Amino acid sequence: MITRSITEIKQALAKKEISARELTQACLDHIGKTEPQLGAFINVYPEQALARAKELDEKGYDENMPLWGVPVSVKDALATKTMKTTAGSKILENFTPPYTAFAVEQLEKAGAIILGKNNMDEFAMGSTCENSAFKPGSNPWNTECVAGGSSGGSAISVASCQSFASLGTDTGGSIRQPASLCGCVGMKPTYGRVSRYGLLAYASSLDQIGPFTRTVEDNALMLSVISGHDERDSTSSPRGKEDFTKLFQNPKTDLKGVTIGLPKEFFESKAMDAKVAQLCQNTIDEAKKLGAQIKEVSMPHLVYSIASYYIIASAEASSNLARYDGIRYGYRTDQPKDLDELYTMSRTEGFGEEVQRRILLGTYVLSAGYYDAYYKKAAQVRRLIREDYEKALKECTVLLAPVSPITAWKKGSVTDPLQMYQMDIFTLSLNLSGLPGLSVPVGMADNMPVGMQIIGSAFDEASLLTVGHSLTMHLGTNNQYKF
Amino acid sequence: MATSAHDLAHLCKLAKLAPDEKTLDKISHQFSDIINYMDTLSEADTAGTEPLYSPVFHESAVREDTAVRRQTPDQILKNAPETDGTYFIVPRIVEGK
Repeated sequence: MITRSITEIKQALAKKEISARELTQACLDHIGKTEPQLGAFINVYPEQALARAKELDEKGYDENMPLWGVPVSVKDALATKTMKTTAGSKILENFTPPYTAFAVEQLEKAGAIILGKNNMDEFAMGSTCENSAFKPGSNPWNTECVAGGSSGGSAISVASCQSFASLGTDTGGSIRQPASLCGCVGMKPTYGRVSRYGLLAYASSLDQIGPFTRTVEDNALMLSVISGHDERDSTSSPRGKEDFTKLFQNPKTDLKGVTIGLPKEFFESKAMDAKVAQLCQNTIDEAKKLGAQIKEVSMPHLVYSIASYYIIASAEASSNLARYDGIRYGYRTDQPKDLDELYTMSRTEGFGEEVQRRILLGTYVLSAGYYDAYYKKAAQVRRLIREDYEKALKECTVLLAPVSPITAWKKGSVTDPLQMYQMDIFTLSLNLSGLPGLSVPVGMADNMPVGMQIIGSAFDEASLLTVGHSLTMHLGTNNQYKF
Repeated sequence: MATSAHDLAHLCKLAKLAPDEKTLDKISHQFSDIINYMDTLSEADTAGTEPLYSPVFHESAVREDTAVRRQTPDQILKNAPETDGTYFIVPRIVEGK
């Protein structure tokens, strides 16, 4: 039962083939069995989940609740009033927020059962899920390899059938890259599509919440549930909820009339592994067979995306993380001799090394004398990158690009931070532009999953879902999992 | 541009961080590599380009400026490392007479 898609399990729940409580128990049992090898969760809440399932069972199936009885999980960067929210950091180890994030509220209203909080790189800073202050996450396809990050725990949970879906966050690829490395479907929606209320901020102009699922259709359902305007986030788009599940009532199976752009700078990258490149080519060939028109496009400013991204993200992080000072919540050092030592030692003992590195980098690029050369320059390049995307998307319905230059690598094998930042070469530019991207699995290289991302115009997630569905159905990568 | 140990110590002070000497030494080396890499941006021609600080696609949504109580003081103080039930407690800042 737990390997089914949400669409399938909903039918079983509606027909009472299984109760919400039995399904939740099955997921919890599977978590108990697999968690020691996988490290997908920071905290699991069996009692809360089972109590909620019991409550739903007693009220009976409700077709107006699109996730009625479906067990899901949530990245530990999203605030939950009844569950600890650590952001993968020691500084928030014992923090239970006084409110729940908008996106999680939407899941609860839709009848989903929250199993627990997924593991992540500390404050979403990392590309492997090794930077968690609690434990590293492991790739379900080979537990010696990284899961990707920062939403590694979300990807692991969904790919290994611990949960039917998970919410992650994507600041520079943190949904798309772990989805690709673990072989599931991950959507970074348009900036503003999902309210960031209750998301523990890393880089506010780049952060966006989105769903992990095993099928594209399930992803459409999850996105429909969590989207919509929220007055508590001024960057939340005023457009209302959109029902993406309608796309699947009579799904388009071919790609006739669709123009797919291939940004040549991505495909010419020297960082690309040959086997990953081959799978990307197979996917392009499949799209052609399905009737898509393929067009090469050029985006000359992509080459600056790593530098621009790490300047902007670090600058915003240094400002956002100033709130962790040991006064109102979070970790406080023992016996500080004065207030300055309280601030400094609480932060030094509470934050991990990568977080401290990025705070220092951000402090540097924002400091007097460097602001124009780094922060302002990076923001100018950011506009040029967005214009490159907009120009390409004027000629194409969507763009298709690799997600990660290589498949999941061995844990501990990349230790140099700059080398690690370069792993994000294909994902960062999209966050700078604010546009949506959907990572879908396209095959296996050396028994490890490979994904590609479909990129679209602002608020055109519908095209991403349509193209993603068609490709995964024909490539046979829909509902892939490692049980 | 490389950062000297002096620069880094100053940054630590600004950011209220005090990594130990070994970590600081490591970060100092990595920092130089990272900053050198960031310097590639200087090659980009950005003359006349307005900076893009937020990718938001709409005018900021506004709402009525009405006070709403979302949490009670008890809920807010629940996570405080030290509190007397009404206030956050911090070390003494001003020495008494």
